[in-house]
Amino acid sequence: MSAREVRNLLVSVVLLGLCALLPVYGSAYWLTMGTTMAMFAVLATSWALFSGPTHYISLATAAFFGVGTFVTGLWFQSLPFWALPLIAAVAGAALAALVGLVTLRLSGVYFVIFTLGLAEMVRQVFTWVQNQTGARGMYVLTSLTEREIFWMLLALGTLVYLAGWLIGRSRLGFALRIIGNDETVAKHSGIDTARAKVLLFMVPGAAAAAAGAMLAPRYIYIEPATAFAPLLSFQVVIMALLGGTGRLWGPIAGVIPFTLLWEAITRQAPNQTLLLLGLAFLLIVYVLPGGFVGLWDRARRRWGGR
Amino acid sequence: MFILITGLLLGGTYALIALGLNLQYGVARIMNLANGEMLVAGGFAAFWLYTAGQINPIAALLVIAPLAFAANWLIYQVMLVPLVKRAKSRGALEVDSILATFGMSFAFVGIMSWIFGGGYFNYAFLATPVDLFGSSYAQNRVVAFVLAVLIGGALWLWLSFTRAGLNLRAVSVNPRSAPLVGIDVRAASALAFALGGAVTATGGALVSMFFTLDASVGVLFTMKALIIVIMGGVGDIRGTIVAAVLLGIAETAVARLIDPGLTLAAAYLLFLLVLLFRPQGLFGKAQT
Repeated sequence: MSAREVRNLLVSVVLLGLCALLPVYGSAYWLTMGTTMAMFAVLATSWALFSGPTHYISLATAAFFGVGTFVTGLWFQSLPFWALPLIAAVAGAALAALVGLVTLRLSGVYFVIFTLGLAEMVRQVFTWVQNQTGARGMYVLTSLTEREIFWMLLALGTLVYLAGWLIGRSRLGFALRIIGNDETVAKHSGIDTARAKVLLFMVPGAAAAAAGAMLAPRYIYIEPATAFAPLLSFQVVIMALLGGTGRLWGPIAGVIPFTLLWEAITRQAPNQTLLLLGLAFLLIVYVLPGGFVGLWDRARRRWGGR
Repeated sequence: MFILITGLLLGGTYALIALGLNLQYGVARIMNLANGEMLVAGGFAAFWLYTAGQINPIAALLVIAPLAFAANWLIYQVMLVPLVKRAKSRGALEVDSILATFGMSFAFVGIMSWIFGGGYFNYAFLATPVDLFGSSYAQNRVVAFVLAVLIGGALWLWLSFTRAGLNLRAVSVNPRSAPLVGIDVRAASALAFALGGAVTATGGALVSMFFTLDASVGVLFTMKALIIVIMGGVGDIRGTIVAAVLLGIAETAVARLIDPGLTLAAAYLLFLLVLLFRPQGLFGKAQT
């Protein structure tokens, strides 16, 4: 390990420790905000792992997340809680693999369109199954407190980071960077592009479903219409792009300010949230194409440094 | 038979909406995800003109179409030209235009629900039944279908037999070679984008005659139009029409026979089959 890596590792551990102690020094309000931020950090970081290098905009987050909450809703009484995020992760990865196998052989537009309606389609199917079996929404009543959910999400976030770091150093990560730069070149140098993309797409699928499983107790009542709310997918895309997908820490830099802003807007003017979302998209495209990471890199280049 | 005809009537309006999107994507190369909002805006305009001004929705088309044309032309010139100029490749333009039009879509929904509120709106226009082949259908659906066929037919004639239509088709086939034969690609793209928007808004006005709309329903129509365009093939009018009718029939069949809540799932099933077996579109040639 070089000195730089040791320094980065130490900084990460200290930051993680500070986050983990939030329930000790923070108020209940900040714990709630912290849980929301941890959730979006998991979702946005895992989203960027796939969509950052490949430039494929995935809008499937809400579908994976909803599947995760349903895993908890269906089995939290019959199975120990620690098993649920694992099952959800497997289910999410399987769904991602299916979607990937169908769409990732083709160009990016097909993928975007397919994921755009995916959450809504899965919702319709779940609703239909519920209507057939006569089941309605489910109550998820557990003894888990906000604090424990927060810690679980933090652990999941750490896992996602480690996975991202490892993928970045692996052959797979290298292959994906080549695919993102020029897919034809990647094919000609012998990379199985479809396989690499499908494999990587399973990571955000698993992470989002696991996050959904962990957060289900927070919602208490689960029904298809709320579990598969498509808005979530868009929030994740905004946060990740606002922070910037060029670096591993980029999405978090978008999650924190955007969650605070979103919270303020929903409290002050709840009808204007969609307008805000739209303006944020436009801001990213026209003013901040590289997100905060892009700004940071430009500033460093300008003011000396590496 | 009932399912076939209802599906055909629905498919006719879908075809018009998808034609609008196909012009925008096929010629201007902009994957316009705010397309459904343009449709809802057209529907809102028809509703407002009918309830506040007692103006017949068919006559209202004469106002709505030019307005939508102008609005979309402005959107292209102001918002999208910078992206076209900046884009290094077609892929980069695709990502940028997808994000930008998502932004516009949300902004439009926000603005429309601000102006009109979040409620549903519909109005009763020609809601009397007519008999066709032994079953009865709402007259407004039949009128909407006939209008869609007339407008779509006029569009096809224009594209096939006029100089301007030829220009658009040339840009659609190869935007890089088109300037070599003296076509102003930017003007042609702006024209196609504006025309596509006008066609979509017209479709929205027709849909509002028999559909209950609200400010946030646009994305559902965007989704359907996208599926139709991909099924029919980008830039392929004949394919778009066939795909739209297929989708209309599939949706009606699923809604009647299984469950009305599964219409999008039906559309997805078709989409899935196309992606698996004919990703180049129904009549498209396989790319080498």
